[in-house]
Amino acid sequence: MEPYKFDVNNYRNLLKKYIASQDETSLYQAEQFSKLSMQHNISPEEIINVHIQALKELYPDLPVEIDSSMNFLLETMISYGLAYQEFQTLREKQGELESEISIAANMQQTLLSTTIPDIVGLDIGAISVPSHQMNGDYYHFVTDESNNLGIAIADVIGKGIPAALAMSMIKYSLDSFPETMRNPSVILENLNRVVEQNVDTSMFITMFYGLFNPETGSLQFSSAGHEPGFYYCADKDQFFEMTTKGLVLGVSDQATYEQFDITMESDDMVVLLTDGVTECRIGERFIDTEEVLEVIRKYMHLPAQEAVELVYRHFERLQDFQLRDDFTLIFLKK
Amino acid sequence: MNLDIEWNDNGKTQGLKLAGEIDAYTAPKMKEALLPLTKHEGTTIVVDLERVNYMDSTGLGVFISALKSTKEYNSDLRLVALQDRVRRLFDITGLDSIINIDSTVRGGK
Repeated sequence: MEPYKFDVNNYRNLLKKYIASQDETSLYQAEQFSKLSMQHNISPEEIINVHIQALKELYPDLPVEIDSSMNFLLETMISYGLAYQEFQTLREKQGELESEISIAANMQQTLLSTTIPDIVGLDIGAISVPSHQMNGDYYHFVTDESNNLGIAIADVIGKGIPAALAMSMIKYSLDSFPETMRNPSVILENLNRVVEQNVDTSMFITMFYGLFNPETGSLQFSSAGHEPGFYYCADKDQFFEMTTKGLVLGVSDQATYEQFDITMESDDMVVLLTDGVTECRIGERFIDTEEVLEVIRKYMHLPAQEAVELVYRHFERLQDFQLRDDFTLIFLKK
Repeated sequence: MNLDIEWNDNGKTQGLKLAGEIDAYTAPKMKEALLPLTKHEGTTIVVDLERVNYMDSTGLGVFISALKSTKEYNSDLRLVALQDRVRRLFDITGLDSIINIDSTVRGGK
């Protein structure tokens, strides 16, 4: 089929053919013509203008009433033309925004990137996978001069870009605390005040903070409303929920955080996670804690990084590769 | 995934009966129904969650906003008949210590 050019002649011939035959083919061609016109940003009133010209060429004795009515129609269509132009502009802008969001998502990854440190006597594995472009989950490792390891895992509630920005705020606050204050309950109390003052009312953050001393095997921790992790005691071959009590960050500036302490022995393991793991759904059913622990148990003999990745793959398959929530999992194996 | 909201206007006591799931998609609908009610001084808003079988953290965010608004306007928010799964969320996040939750009527199957 020959391509249609947007000109009066072409339109006139088409119109003439249709008026004479009233066949489906001409109508189909008219449809093609309008699609092509849209591609070339031709406004509806321009098409009407061409129609008027074609009509006048075909019927030089066109009644003056028809002629005036066509001009009237032309005026009426101008707003549609403007709306269409606006639509085009918005579509372009949307494309730009989408690419900006993906740049922001990349920047977030760079800003928030944390390297898993080498700690003698502790095998660390960590994975965090967003369900959408921007990740609302976050983990961070810090080591101090005495070789203690600080571990933060957090979930920002209120998703998307504001959540991501809040994350960056948390990260820089964490990095700026002096070493003398790196005690989990103090860190959470300070962060709570930062978040409470800076973040919008419906947004809040859950966070677990732990401080591991490689020499003694002691792990001190506090939690601000974060999904409880698990402590695997090799001696008893049992998992224990790391029950804590503490209000989420950003709700009340009065919040205080209790600090707990466990001592990890050889082959013990601590599992930290976010609710993207525990709130996983299989069809209409929610996974229960026992099932989560079963999956963890299946892979925990492997090196920690390999193990968290395999646990993630397992959950990804369970949910048909459609994560409903961001998924973060950390293993600390002694 | 849907949330039905039934509103009972009894003057000083405003009841909201929710049924379904509260997640990122339905939470805005709940916010729209709940927030305006908190802005009348002396009102008690009772949110019945008996038929809510799932709530995620977005839902918690709405209740936190509502709570902050009750403090500002001197109204009162109560949550009743929570199912265990929903109740657990309030426990873990420590919100049970600042939101008035009545679990004497248990929700669920």
